[in-house]
Amino acid sequence: MKRGLIIVLFLLSLAAPSCSLQKPSDDTVVIWHWMTDRHDVFERLAAEYEQQTGGKVDFQLYAPSDIYSQKVVAAAQAGILPDIYGVLDPKRVFADFIQSGYIADLSDEFKQNNGAWAKTFFPKALAVNRFEENNFYNIPPGIYGVPIDVTNIQMLYNKELLRIAGIQHPPATFDEFLEVINALNRVGISGLVSGWGELWMVNCFALNYAMNIMGEDKVVNTYRGEVPYTDADWIKVFRVFETLAKKKALIVGIVTKINKYAEQDFALERAAFAFNGSWCVNVYHEMNPDLDYGVMLPPRVNLERPMSIWGGAGSSFVVNKSSAHKQQAIAFLKWLTAEKQQSFLSRETRNLPANRFAAGSIPDILSDFAQGMAYATHPTILPLEEDGLVRERFDKGLQAIVIGEKTPEQLARELQELKVRQMARQHRKDGR
Amino acid sequence: MAAFMTNKKTRQVYHNVLTNFLFVLPAVVIFAIFYIYPFYETFNLSLHEWNGISVDKYFVGLDNFKDLLRDKVWWSSLWHAAYITLFALTFQNILAFSLAVACDREIRMKNFYRVIFFIPPVLSEVVVGLIWRWILEANVQGGQQVGLLNHFLYTIGLNHLVNDWLSDPKTALTCIAIVHSWKGFGWGFVMFLAGLQTIDRQLYEAARVDGASPWGIFFNITIPMMVPVILVVVILTILGSMQVFILVMSMVGQGLVYYTDVPVTRILSAMHLTRQYGYACSMGVMFGLILISLSFAMKQISARMKQV
Repeated sequence: MKRGLIIVLFLLSLAAPSCSLQKPSDDTVVIWHWMTDRHDVFERLAAEYEQQTGGKVDFQLYAPSDIYSQKVVAAAQAGILPDIYGVLDPKRVFADFIQSGYIADLSDEFKQNNGAWAKTFFPKALAVNRFEENNFYNIPPGIYGVPIDVTNIQMLYNKELLRIAGIQHPPATFDEFLEVINALNRVGISGLVSGWGELWMVNCFALNYAMNIMGEDKVVNTYRGEVPYTDADWIKVFRVFETLAKKKALIVGIVTKINKYAEQDFALERAAFAFNGSWCVNVYHEMNPDLDYGVMLPPRVNLERPMSIWGGAGSSFVVNKSSAHKQQAIAFLKWLTAEKQQSFLSRETRNLPANRFAAGSIPDILSDFAQGMAYATHPTILPLEEDGLVRERFDKGLQAIVIGEKTPEQLARELQELKVRQMARQHRKDGR
Repeated sequence: MAAFMTNKKTRQVYHNVLTNFLFVLPAVVIFAIFYIYPFYETFNLSLHEWNGISVDKYFVGLDNFKDLLRDKVWWSSLWHAAYITLFALTFQNILAFSLAVACDREIRMKNFYRVIFFIPPVLSEVVVGLIWRWILEANVQGGQQVGLLNHFLYTIGLNHLVNDWLSDPKTALTCIAIVHSWKGFGWGFVMFLAGLQTIDRQLYEAARVDGASPWGIFFNITIPMMVPVILVVVILTILGSMQVFILVMSMVGQGLVYYTDVPVTRILSAMHLTRQYGYACSMGVMFGLILISLSFAMKQISARMKQV
């Protein structure tokens, strides 16, 4: 009796900590996402989908995005990824997910019916999820993700604050921009606000100017190690940041400002310009519905080249290759990206739709953003990307220039030294 | 008969030992799964180059540790954590001790003060970081300072002291250290107060009867009797301050260049920004060893002081 009791207690004590969380019912397609502003709309769409088709979908929200990203990586390592999820990391990581067998190739689905599904998307929205023939990452060519909206990052200007400073039109060139900044400084209005406390935002701004000053090929050749960071064109890119800081064109504290604060500053009319993505239309509407603002491309330094902006698929979903509900997951994504659902999503969340046929009914300010898609590029559609450590030093170095702790030349030298070291390390790794 | 008895006795001993092990086993299993295995895996990963996703991991031996020894950013992050710790050890603990001594006396509303002083530690670090970020804000709107501190300085005519506190390399880390100390002093206060209340009041009365001055009582009775508590608070302060992280993230985002980086933010950057999981694990191992060494050293000091 006593022995029996001991065994029961022992088994119970072992079983107690291993109790697992309850899973949704077996026929439910589980989706992990990070979009706090869209969760309610997603749930309404899931309810409508169940009503129309009988298929069950469970949207599970994990935010903020960096935590979501860590959760997805941890789930991949543990082999517990959901049926549908998103990879928010750079293309190198996206490629690693594919190589490790965590993402299904959707090319055949897109090719069906003479490519009918693929034709509904903006081409640049699909490009982010596409791997071309002989790509740098050795991924079999194909489309591995489904875009659910389109986004691009541009500059915004507050019409009222520009009017107070006596400015009639937003600046098109960098010199004009500096003149506008002088006018704003004279009346005590801050110039540009952006979330440069988040490194990717600084990187995005810098790459726009790198593309404008030297063109995409030279940027890619720098990543390959064929053009040094000490090249005159890179110094010009770094000089943009130095000039902005010296001319007092940047809001105070920009280098420690996360984008949420930057959005708040622009919505509360503390700065005349913002550098932000098209998602901001929804954010500004919620913070200050009366805000009167326009969209413009970042002012060009090199007038002989067009300005480039980051753009393409804003948010994409991928299908888990090992999912037991793969076909149901794909069927739901087809339904979600159909014109009717995309129009609804766009209207409710004020984001640009990925479905080009749904773009007819969007608000004017989003239309202005949509026009910028002609200038859109993205690091994920470049043939290769920069080494992570070099990118971190690049972004932090730009912050250092803004606060006057480094000169463009110093940063260029430091980056080049690091680049050479990292390339040597990569060669050693390849040799193994 | 004797052999039978010995056999029975031996069986009983084995049975008791086995039963004892069975009771301990669940705890051992849990400890092994959640502590020993992760530590082994962290150490194992620190010997590899891995991006966190790929199936392939490249064995690099001690290369990650060699790189770490040369990594100036890593060492400066350790120095930043040490600076915050030194700040907490001095200002935070002196404040906590002083307030505990004050509340240990028969003063009016002492229970009210006890509650008030314990509010900062129970607040979320994110909330504290965001509130202080607003206090230290440096923006200007319509000619008015948005941040509370700068507004106050401006109002009392100290315009020359108005500063961009969190984006200035000279002040950012100190601001974080001050906020960390403000948030943490309540824990020290509670522990010091609990320690003070265990001191026998008759000792104080006897000292007063013998004509001891208040300072004499403080240095010859209070401080010596409080040594064990002080050591515990010091160890907890060191461990807590070296691992400061959430406050840094909520006050300066991904950091002011590298001026506000602490070891945990470096580990996080290596894992999620530059995707060097092996390198991040080597940082974790080294940082863990540093903290264990510090705790061990403090324990030794504590043992010696008790002997004295």
